[in-house]
Formats: sequence, C-alpha cells, structure tokens
Amino acid sequence: MKSEDVPQDKAILGQWHEICYALDQDGRYVLAPSVGWDPANVANLQAWEVIAEAVAEAIEAVRSGEASPLAFHMARCQMDAGLLAGYVQLARWRVRRHLRPAVYARLKPELLERYARVFGVAAAELDRIPEKPELPVVLDNDEEDRNQ
Amino acid sequence: MNIEFTHRQSAHCESGVTANLFLHHGIEMSEAMAFGIGAGLFFGYLPFVRINGLPLVTFRSAPGSIFRRVAKRLGVEVVRQKFRDPDKSMTALDRALEQQIPVGLQTGVFWLPYFPPALRFHFNAHNLVVCGREGDNYRISDPVIDEAVLCPREDLLRARFAKGALAPKGAMYYLKDVPAGIDLRPAVKAGIREVGRRMVKAPVPIIGVRGMRFLARQLEGWPQKLGPKRAGQYLGHLIRMQEEIGTGGGGFRFIYAAFLQEAAELLAQPRLAEFSRELTDIGDQWREFALFAARRCKGRGEEETSYPRLAAMLRDCADREEKLFRGLLAEV
Repeated sequence: MKSEDVPQDKAILGQWHEICYALDQDGRYVLAPSVGWDPANVANLQAWEVIAEAVAEAIEAVRSGEASPLAFHMARCQMDAGLLAGYVQLARWRVRRHLRPAVYARLKPELLERYARVFGVAAAELDRIPEKPELPVVLDNDEEDRNQ
Repeated sequence: MNIEFTHRQSAHCESGVTANLFLHHGIEMSEAMAFGIGAGLFFGYLPFVRINGLPLVTFRSAPGSIFRRVAKRLGVEVVRQKFRDPDKSMTALDRALEQQIPVGLQTGVFWLPYFPPALRFHFNAHNLVVCGREGDNYRISDPVIDEAVLCPREDLLRARFAKGALAPKGAMYYLKDVPAGIDLRPAVKAGIREVGRRMVKAPVPIIGVRGMRFLARQLEGWPQKLGPKRAGQYLGHLIRMQEEIGTGGGGFRFIYAAFLQEAAELLAQPRLAEFSRELTDIGDQWREFALFAARRCKGRGEEETSYPRLAAMLRDCADREEKLFRGLLAEV
C-alpha cells in the first residue's frame, strides 16, 4: 500500500486515528494515520448489528415479563450470564435465577447495588428500559428508518 | 507526578508498548522492529475455539509474547506481576511510578473511557503504558491512540480486572536492567527464523500457510453449512481480525514488511528488502480479500465475491507466503 492510497473513510474512530504502514514515494515504509477503512467499518457495524439484535430481544423479553431488567443490561454490556457472574462475583446459576422477574423482584438492595455498579448505573435506574437499543454507532437500517 | 515519556502512536498495542518502553530506557527501537524481534506475525485458524460464537482466527502471536520475546532476545530483565487484590495492584503501580518507572499494563478495552466507543468490546489482551498520575487520574500512553490521555483511577482499575477470556488479572510489567550497547542483529535473525518456522513448518495443519489453506477450505463450505446470514457474520469476523484497529493493515503483513526493510539495512542483507517488497504485495492482496469479503457481507458483486472466489484468493496468499518464508529461512 502506498501512503497516498491509505484510506480515509471516517465512521467509527471518533476523534482518533489508526496507524497504517504504507510506502512513501521512495519505497520506504512510513506510519500513516487513517480515520478508517470502509471494509473494516462494514465488519464493525455488522458486529454491532448482532449486539443490537440481542439488546432488542432482551428489551422485548423484559417488557413481556419473561426476563428481569438485568437481562437488558447484560445484553447492553455485551455480556452473557457467565461473564456477568464473573463481574458480580456470584455463581453463574445465581445470576441465571436473577434473570427471572419473580426472583429479581425479591432481590436484596445490596445485590441490586452490586449489579448496578457493574452496569454503570444507579440502582434506582436499573428498572428503566429504553424503547430501542441505544448504540455508539449508527446502523444502516436506522438510517433507512429515518429516511422513510 | 509525571514521568517524561515519549508517546509514539503505533499500529499495534503490544509492539507499540514494547518499542516505547525500550526507547525510554535508551534503546532506539521502532514498532516494526519490536514486532519483528518479538516474532509477532502469525496465522492460525482454530474453529473449535469460539469468540462470541465465532471461530477464532488470528494474524498475531499470543498476547504477551512479543514483549516477552523482545526482552529475552535482548537479555533485558523484566518484572512482571499479577494480582488477586485490586487495591494491591494499584499500590504496586503507584510505587513504580514514584520511582519514575513507566509501567506496562494488560487491560480489557471495554472499560477504557477514552477508547472509541464503537471499538469497546470485551477484548482483554490490550496493552498500554502508565506514565504518570495527577491526583485520581492516571496519565496513559496508549499506543493505538493519537496522544497520551488521562484516565480516572476507577476506570483503570476496572480495565485491569476485566473478566472473561484472557482476563488480565491486574497484570503489570516493566523493564528492570537494560544494559547499554545492545546489539539487535542476532535478535533480528532469531525473530525471523521463529516466524519462518511457524509459517511453513508448523506441525499442525491449522497454523501458518497450512492454516490459511484450511480456512480457505472451510470458507467455501460456509454458505451451505451456515446459511447466507451466518456465513456473512463469519466473513465479517475475519475482516475484523485482519483489519480492525491494531494490525497496521493487511493482517500485520505491512508492519512485518516494514520490519524486513529495516532488517535489510541493519544486517546489510539487501535480499531482505526484496522479501519486504514481496510481502507488501501479499499484504495488498489480503486488503483486496477484505474489500471483496466486505462486499459479500453487504450482498454485492455476485461473481467476483463468491465464496469459492474468496477461497481462491486465500490460497493464493498462502502459496505466496509459503514461498516467501521458505526463502527467508534460507536467507538468515
């Protein structure tokens, strides 16, 4: 890759750059900052689509009473029960139980506090579930929605 | 309290941390040189290991190995610690900083507040340097970020004790005894030999060029086996491992070509510069593969982005890399 061909497709890096190794006019390698490359951006957004689907499913499950709000926060933080169990330092089976609305409703305040700390919200906010997944990226189908 | 530390942005976190730490101790070393001596180049396709339900593919050696190998090959003593107690880990960090020692940390990226939000996944083999403290904020030279940044203690603590695969467990490391007048040349040769052996002489068919051919074979079967949607996700995952922040482009092929270019001069072996040019061409082909694969993900360009066509591109990369690394092994 030549340094003048280093792609500059802005999408996901925000204010930052990534370094590409490319050849200058004399054929010597230089470090060239790039704001991104479309194929990599496509792949990144695809990963977020999968996360968005999981979050949307969790929101649905919480709203229909099949799962506790913890399921939503777990999906939002890209976790599964095993990873969440590691963070709250509980056995996985206990975390799984806490995903059931009836069990969740009886949880002690200190356990709720523990979950809230991991999810980065106040314990009182745990029950607040948004309408739609909120993501750090803009997905294609969101744009289509807006254009309609 | 800040340590005078030169932040140089790099393509890859671990080779960047290694080069910057050595520079701090008076050993002039580029990132590419650290990557080469540390034998960072790799290929492995391990479908039985799953990352978020997707098969593991890697273009780099195991996390931590670049730093370890560079230190060992240059005869430098390293202090490396892990912790069970988060408080103790921060005390140890503070103590090193007080002695004006810049400290390398292994962290997760999910909890780093300055990291681009779109890249904050649960990836736990990130590396950065802590080079100062201002009250409750730590000054961080993260090699994949443009400049040194401040990070609150609370967030850094979370990142150091991220959970899940490759959990860092508070790991920190720094250089202890760095002798003067280190000769890089034997280390460069050892690094090249290690990568060469790995790429063409690996005893298992999932590593090196054989791993690339194995991936090609599997990839052809993805649409039948997984259906178009899931197969597209597999492809996207491949692109991310190859091109997402931290590879320098072309799955580390360009950064390794930069290393070979430097090595040619250092060892006065102009043949290595020819290998560098060839690897640059191969890197361009990896980029083309990513470009076509991304089109496939978006369902564009039926003919030239078909799965058999993509597999053929991979096989071509494998054939060219096999020739290149056999040549390199004969050269050093």
